[in-house]
Amino acid sequence: MDKLDVRSNELVPQHIPLSREEEKELLKKLGVRKGQLPKIRKSDPCIKILEQIGEVKEGQIIKIVRNSRTARISTAYRMVIKG
Amino acid sequence: MIHSLSKKIQKIKFAYLSPDEIRKMSAIKIITADTYNDDGFPIDMGLMDPHLGVIEPGLRCKTCGGKVDECLGHFGHIDLAMPVIHVGYIKEIKKLLQTTCKSCGRILLPKEQIKEHKEALEKVEEMGGDILDFKLVAKETAKDASTRHLCPHCGAEQSKITLDKPTSFRENGHKLTPKEVRERLERIPNEDLFPLGINPDVLRPEWTILTALPVPPVTVRPSITLDSGERSEDDLTHKLVDVLRINQRLRENRDAGAPQLIVEDLWELLQYHITTYFDNQTSGIPPARHRSGRPLKTLTQRLKGKEGRFRSNLSGKRVNFSARTVISPDPSLSINEVGIPVKAARELTIPVRVTEYNANVIRELVKRGPTPEEKEYVPGVNYVVRPDGRRIKVTEKNAEPIAETIDVGYIIERQLQEGDIVLFNRQPSLHRMSMMAHEVRIMPYKTFRLNLCVCPPYNADFDGDEMNLHVLQSEEARAEARILMRVQEHILSPRFGGPVIGAIHDHITGLFLMTHGDTRFDIHQTIRILSRFEDIKLPKPKEENGKKYWTGKQLFSLTLPKDLNMSFKSKICQNCDTCMKEKCELDAYCKIQNGNLICGTVDEQVVGAFKGKVLDKIARDYGSDRAREFIDDITKMAIGSIMIFGFTTGIDDEDIPAEAKEQIGDVLSQAIKKVRDLVNAYQDGILEQMPGRSLEETLEVESMKVLGQARDKAGQIAGKQLGLENSAVIMARSGARGSMLNLSQMAGCLGQQAVRGERLSRGYWHRTLPHFKKGDLGAEARGFVQYSYKSGLEPTEYFFHSMGGREGLVDTAVRTSRSGYMQRRLINALEDLKVKADGTVRNTANTIIQFEFGEDGIDPSRGIQGKAVDVDDILLDVLGEKVFAEVIKEKVIESYGIQEKDLTSIEEMGEEE
Ligand SMILES: [Mg+2]
Ligand SMILES: [Zn+2]
Ligand SMILES: [Zn+2]
Ligand SMILES: [Zn+2]
Repeated sequence: MDKLDVRSNELVPQHIPLSREEEKELLKKLGVRKGQLPKIRKSDPCIKILEQIGEVKEGQIIKIVRNSRTARISTAYRMVIKG
Repeated sequence: MIHSLSKKIQKIKFAYLSPDEIRKMSAIKIITADTYNDDGFPIDMGLMDPHLGVIEPGLRCKTCGGKVDECLGHFGHIDLAMPVIHVGYIKEIKKLLQTTCKSCGRILLPKEQIKEHKEALEKVEEMGGDILDFKLVAKETAKDASTRHLCPHCGAEQSKITLDKPTSFRENGHKLTPKEVRERLERIPNEDLFPLGINPDVLRPEWTILTALPVPPVTVRPSITLDSGERSEDDLTHKLVDVLRINQRLRENRDAGAPQLIVEDLWELLQYHITTYFDNQTSGIPPARHRSGRPLKTLTQRLKGKEGRFRSNLSGKRVNFSARTVISPDPSLSINEVGIPVKAARELTIPVRVTEYNANVIRELVKRGPTPEEKEYVPGVNYVVRPDGRRIKVTEKNAEPIAETIDVGYIIERQLQEGDIVLFNRQPSLHRMSMMAHEVRIMPYKTFRLNLCVCPPYNADFDGDEMNLHVLQSEEARAEARILMRVQEHILSPRFGGPVIGAIHDHITGLFLMTHGDTRFDIHQTIRILSRFEDIKLPKPKEENGKKYWTGKQLFSLTLPKDLNMSFKSKICQNCDTCMKEKCELDAYCKIQNGNLICGTVDEQVVGAFKGKVLDKIARDYGSDRAREFIDDITKMAIGSIMIFGFTTGIDDEDIPAEAKEQIGDVLSQAIKKVRDLVNAYQDGILEQMPGRSLEETLEVESMKVLGQARDKAGQIAGKQLGLENSAVIMARSGARGSMLNLSQMAGCLGQQAVRGERLSRGYWHRTLPHFKKGDLGAEARGFVQYSYKSGLEPTEYFFHSMGGREGLVDTAVRTSRSGYMQRRLINALEDLKVKADGTVRNTANTIIQFEFGEDGIDPSRGIQGKAVDVDDILLDVLGEKVFAEVIKEKVIESYGIQEKDLTSIEEMGEEE
């Protein structure tokens, strides 16, 4: 792969795909259905790269860890959708 | 009664009404233009036919049998003698005529191309594109097709079709009748509609040419009976009468075989009436007028604009149980209270349900009637609602008999009474503090009264401002308002985590006069101040030469919590190089020990709205009840104090001695001369250029610098003459009102006027005003004002000053409109987001927007300057001042939470508003 990996840019937050078990645990913790999570498109540059590596599928949950002005570090979760 | 039924709307489809549908939904065919007969009864098959619904009480609808509030009305229809174009669809009709063949009706594109366009549309649909994408593709198709001159299907030659506004089409100068247009539209095959963006399953293009006209129910166009007994019809009815008349004449003439010309004239007239029936502001035709000359309000006019159905009846409505009047100040009220005029209180009511526990009390209440004549205000009762829903108006006469009938299950509508909770609001409601809950105080006269400390959150003053009041009608609403919306719960602002409610103007002046230096009050003065308090103990007096006295600091301390400890700098601090702390000459170092003000002056930095540190700490550490008490107390203290000293300001506060004036004059003329030298140097080419700037820019920067310094110097000279015995200076220094800059502009010199941050340069050819030579770059010619407001300005200076002033006005006008729009968009986006109990932010679909509110879960009004906790303050509390000072090797903490640098940013925010 000679293309640029966007994940190497410091402004791009960490995108971590969750395993089946981790997903289950998270949804239990939050008390929500998968559909209630925020979404991320498959065409998102980060997801595209993860897809190439073969780590994401549609409907999977991605954990996003980013710097926050208020909380220093904040974690969000998004479900991968088509598009 | 309509029973509530909740269903979820899955989708909404829009289509045209077909003639069949119009006839199917019609309750009756309207054929006659007459409305009522001589006896005043509606004529059958007329515009007021009882099949169309009822507007008169007592009558029944002939279609559904319902009475006035039960029947919503039913549509009727008029069969048009000749087809007529619907103005609302004129654009679509034009597009269809231009893109299809005049003889075979197909799209003017070869088969393959039609297929291509169709596929492009299908793709958009498949991709889930929205209506805009869809329209875009369809428009492309229409554009391609309309440029063809020969039909690729039948070979017919196409001619140019133009629209003669508003409703007639021409083909090579020959006029197309609506009938011809309709025939052409009918020829377009269904399969050719889809590529043009039309779904043939729901509509056919020929429906845009009307053959039947729906007649709205009478409930939509009720007639009103005037006092004289005359009937006055709705504008829509008038218009429909016109339509029916012409329709009738057209049919008669056509059937009688009248000359083509007459028929065509009538046809055109019918078209005019129907066009204006839809929109009486169609461009290109004169609006239809009432006999009086007033243009008629037809369908479009009912919906459009500020007074239209959408903006004035759907997005915003007038509400009951509300009041609006002018506001005025009353320092004897608590911040939690609002004064309501008796007249308003007697109109505003609260429903009270009668139970076995309150039945007797309520009977007594009803007995009083709607206007009890007691010495003091007592609430009366305006209405009684029986369990069967009947509302009975209570009058003085029927009060007693009604009171006897009151029983459990009745509801009475009681007038406002002291202590009721109401919502109070001032537009523009930009933040949540624009609408707060207040407790009612009934008062004489006709204005709403409020404590001055709540002016900042409402941004209210008393130059004629009006405010709105809403009376809550349910127990839940009142509980919610009391807990969440009460004024005292909003002392700390979520915008910057400091107090928005606090002392302003005279309160600050009063406390300043009271506490500055060694101010003393004798027994009479002390009692006078303290008599404003309900329950307060006279502190131990001090004694000097056998005379008892109380210090201002002592009296102020009465308002403080007994265990309050803090120390910080007051607003009047001049930031001396080494702070003398307790021994500060200006009495600018505030120290509070166990609730006693040991030293320092109380001013804006102590109790002011936005900046008061003591206020901030009390609100944070002692809760909103204590904070409210504190604010109420300092209000009383400040008013008591300022009334003992007396306080006024006038133009003579800016008087300065002749020597000072001379000095200022010298400074200014020197500066002006210096600028002249700079200009000469520039013209002689010997001005030294600054790095990174052109020669012209160098001259501008240099002269601005010189003149700026001169103005500051003049201000300083003037300021030196104005000491703390001067009222204007007291206000400026204590932060009550105005600034030292304002004062120096009044007493010293106004300084350089600027537009876009530069010296004035525009106006005439190479000069600002004809009073100067062309190309003059000197100080006077470029907007330097060397006089003060007090001394008066030269005519040229006055003009320059208004140039500078104009820029400010334009800026604010532009800024408010822009920020208003930004605010609206932000609010629309956040409108129904909610922080749930688990800390997540969710929308109405219950999907997660944010996993933790603000990412850190902190309520900004509870945090400190955006941070969750102030570690320094906690340390100070736990360790005590001495240990704390050792632990933190740096300087002793100077402020509670708010740091100096934060303050300046808050100040800037405040000014921007
Ligand atoms: Mg005002
Ligand atoms: Zn009916
Ligand atoms: Zn053709
Ligand atoms: Zn000092």
